[in-house]
Amino acid sequence: MLAKNENGFSKELVAYINEWKEKPGNLIMILHKVQEEQGYISRESAEKVSELLGVPLVKIWGVVTFYHFFKLTKPGEHNIQVCLGTACYLKGSEKIIEELDKQLGLKVGAVTPDGKFSLEEVRCVGCCGLAPVMTVSGEVFGKVTKAAVPGIIQKFM
Amino acid sequence: MAIRNYILVCGGTACESSHSDQIYNALVKEAKEQGVENEVQVVRTGCFGFCEQGPIVKILPEDSFYVKVKPEDAHELIAEHIIKGREVTRLLYDKTKSAKHAQVEDIKFYQKQFRIVLRNCGFIDPENIDEYIARDGYAALEKAIFEMTPEDIINELKTAGLRGRGGAGFPTWMKWNFTKQVDNPVKYVVCNADEGDPGAYMDRSTLEGDPHSVLEAMTICGKAIGAHQGFIYIRAEYPLAIHRLEVAMKQSRDYGLLGKDILGSGFDFDIEIRLGAGAFVCGEETALLQSIEGHRGMPMPRPPFPAVKGLWGMPTVINNVETWANVPVIIHKGGEWFSKIGTADSHGTKVFALTGKICNSGLVEVPMGTTLREIVFDIGGGIAHGKKFKAVQTGGPSGGVITEANLDTPIDFGSLVRIGSMMGSGGMIVMDEDDCIVDVAKFYLNFTVDESCGKCAPCRIGGRTLYHILEKITNGNGTMEDLDKLQEIGDAMRKASLCALGQTSPNPVLSTMKYFKDEYLAHIVEKRCPSGKCKKLISFTIDPEKCKGCSLCARNCPVGAISGELRKTYHIDQSRCIKCGVCHDSCKFGAIKVN
Repeated sequence: MLAKNENGFSKELVAYINEWKEKPGNLIMILHKVQEEQGYISRESAEKVSELLGVPLVKIWGVVTFYHFFKLTKPGEHNIQVCLGTACYLKGSEKIIEELDKQLGLKVGAVTPDGKFSLEEVRCVGCCGLAPVMTVSGEVFGKVTKAAVPGIIQKFM
Repeated sequence: MAIRNYILVCGGTACESSHSDQIYNALVKEAKEQGVENEVQVVRTGCFGFCEQGPIVKILPEDSFYVKVKPEDAHELIAEHIIKGREVTRLLYDKTKSAKHAQVEDIKFYQKQFRIVLRNCGFIDPENIDEYIARDGYAALEKAIFEMTPEDIINELKTAGLRGRGGAGFPTWMKWNFTKQVDNPVKYVVCNADEGDPGAYMDRSTLEGDPHSVLEAMTICGKAIGAHQGFIYIRAEYPLAIHRLEVAMKQSRDYGLLGKDILGSGFDFDIEIRLGAGAFVCGEETALLQSIEGHRGMPMPRPPFPAVKGLWGMPTVINNVETWANVPVIIHKGGEWFSKIGTADSHGTKVFALTGKICNSGLVEVPMGTTLREIVFDIGGGIAHGKKFKAVQTGGPSGGVITEANLDTPIDFGSLVRIGSMMGSGGMIVMDEDDCIVDVAKFYLNFTVDESCGKCAPCRIGGRTLYHILEKITNGNGTMEDLDKLQEIGDAMRKASLCALGQTSPNPVLSTMKYFKDEYLAHIVEKRCPSGKCKKLISFTIDPEKCKGCSLCARNCPVGAISGELRKTYHIDQSRCIKCGVCHDSCKFGAIKVN
C-alpha cells in the first residue's frame, strides 16, 4: 500500500483512484479529482497517476494537454476568470481584462508575483443574462463595468 | 395550519450568482420569526428564464412576480404580502398592476412562449422528486414499461416527429430504431450535456431546473432499444447541474425508478455521470464518445455511426439534453399532440438563450415557426439603449447572421439553413450598430481555431488561415483578393473537414460576407471601421467646440499623448496615441470623437 502523503496525494485521493482503477474510461474522472485536490496537474502528479493506473505517461499527458479545463501550472490563491463567451465579448469583457492588467499588472494565463491572483479567459460561464461576467474564486460577478473592477478585487485582498 | 402561500425563489445559475440563495435563507428565517412558517412554503426552483430581471421571486397563488429582489427585501415580503395580503408594489415587474392581476400571464416576455422542455423550470424544487411526480413526472416511464412495446415507443416518437435539438435536427426515432435493430447484448444510452456554444445555456438550465425529465427519458430509451446503462456527459464547468443530477439520481434509485428491477418490472437501467473537461469539439458525438472512454476527444469518421458502433464499440443512442426533455411529454401526452405544435418541417418547440444587446436577456421557449422578429422585439423587448438592430447570430460558432430583411422568417430547421444560418443548439445573440461584423467573424474564428482538435488539415490549417486574413482586414491591411481567398478556403473547409466543427466553422465568415459585404469593403478599401470597433482603423480627436480644457484626459492618458493648457482646447498626438480609449471614457463633456 502507498504511504499517506506520497507525492502530496491524500489518502482519499488514492482511495478514489483505486476505486476507479478497474472502470473503463476512468482517466478523465481521475484527473478531475487530482486537479480538485491540488489545483492543477503537475508533471509529478501525472507520473503518479501513471504509476497507480499502470497507464503510460504519454497517454495521460496527451489527455491533460488536450482539455482546456486541466491546468498545467499552479493557479493563484484567487483565480480570476473573465468570460469571453459571445454575449460577454459583445458587452465589452475585453475591457475587464485590460482593467485587471492595469490594476494588478496581471496578464491572461499569469499569476501575480505574490501568488495571490491568477487570470484566465473562459468561454461562457453560462450566465449570459448577466454579461459581462467575471468570477473570482468561484464567486460570480455580473454586469461588470471597468469602474467596478477595483472594488471586486479589493474584496479578495 | 395548511400552507396558503408558496414562495418560489429562482435557484438558476444567474440568479444564484446574484445571491438568490441568501434570499431563500432570509425568507425562511423571516417566515419563522414572523410566525408564519407553517403557512408558507419557500421553494428553491430552477430557472424562470427572465434572467435580465433576476433574482426573481414568485408568490402563489396570487402569481405575483417580484424582480431584482435583494435579501433585505425578505422582511417586507413576509410582513406585507404574506401576513397583510398586500403586494409589495415596488418590487413587482409591472408596478402599475393591481394585486389581483396575474402578473406572469401579463408579462410580454412570457406571452408568446410555450413551454414543453422548460415545463417544470421555475415551478418545482428540482431537488425534490415528489414535486416532479406531482406534475406527471415518471408517468411516461410507467406507461412505457407496462403498456408499451419497444416498437410502440419508437412509433410514438415517429408520430411526434421529434428532431434532435443539438443542432443537426436528425429524426430522433430513426436513431433509436437503428440501435434497436442491432442485435447486441450490450447497448448504451448517452446524454450530451457538453454545452460548449459560447452564449448558450439552455441545457444547463434544463438540468438545473428539471433533472428528472432527462433521467426519465433516458430510462424510456433504454427500454425501447434494450440498453441497461446510460451515461450523462456533462461539462465540469456546470457544478450546480451536476449536483442536482446526483441528487435526482439518488432519489429515483430510492423510489425504484432507476437501477435494478424498475417499478418491479424486472427491467434494469442505471445512469452514471462522466465529466467533460472543456473541449468544444466533444459536443460532436464521436468525439464525445472518445472522451467518455477517457481519450483525447477527437472525432472519428462516420460511418460507422454510433447507433451501430458507438461507446466501446457497442450500439449507442446519443441525444442532447433538450431532446431528452421532450421525450417524457411525448410519451405521456402522445405523439399526435406534439406533432400539432410547430411547422410542417419541425414539430414542437425550441429553447433559445436570447442574449447580447437586447433589453430582456433570458431563456425563451417558443413553438417552431415563431418569427425572429417576435423573439427579438416582442419577447426580447428590442434593442437596449435605443440603438439600432444590426443582426442576430444563431448557431454559435457554427452558424451565421440573420439581418433585418429576414427577421420575418418563421424559425424551423429548414428555414434557417435556407437563409444561410442554422438552428444550432439555441444560442441567439443580438447585435446592434456598435458591433463590427468583421470583428464578430474574427471572434468566432478565434474560438474555433482554439477548439479545433487538429486531427484533419482543412480545419486545422484552413481555420487558422481564415483567422489571419480577418486579422489582416481588421488591421487595415486587407486586399480585395483576400475576400476571394476567404470564400475559397471556406468552401474547401466545408467540403473536406472530418467533422461538423471544421465543416461549419467558416459559416460566420461566409454568412457575414454575404450580408455585410459593404462593411468588409469599408475595412479593405476605405480603411475604415464603420462601428468604430477595430482599433487600428480608428483615431481619437478632440472637438474644440466641446472641450473645456479641464485636463482630465491628459492626466488619464497612459502614454502622455494629450497636451494643452488649462481652459484651452487640448490636442491628441496621433503618432503617440495607442487608441486605448481612456480619454474617451473619462471625458465628462463628450468632447473626444471616435473617427
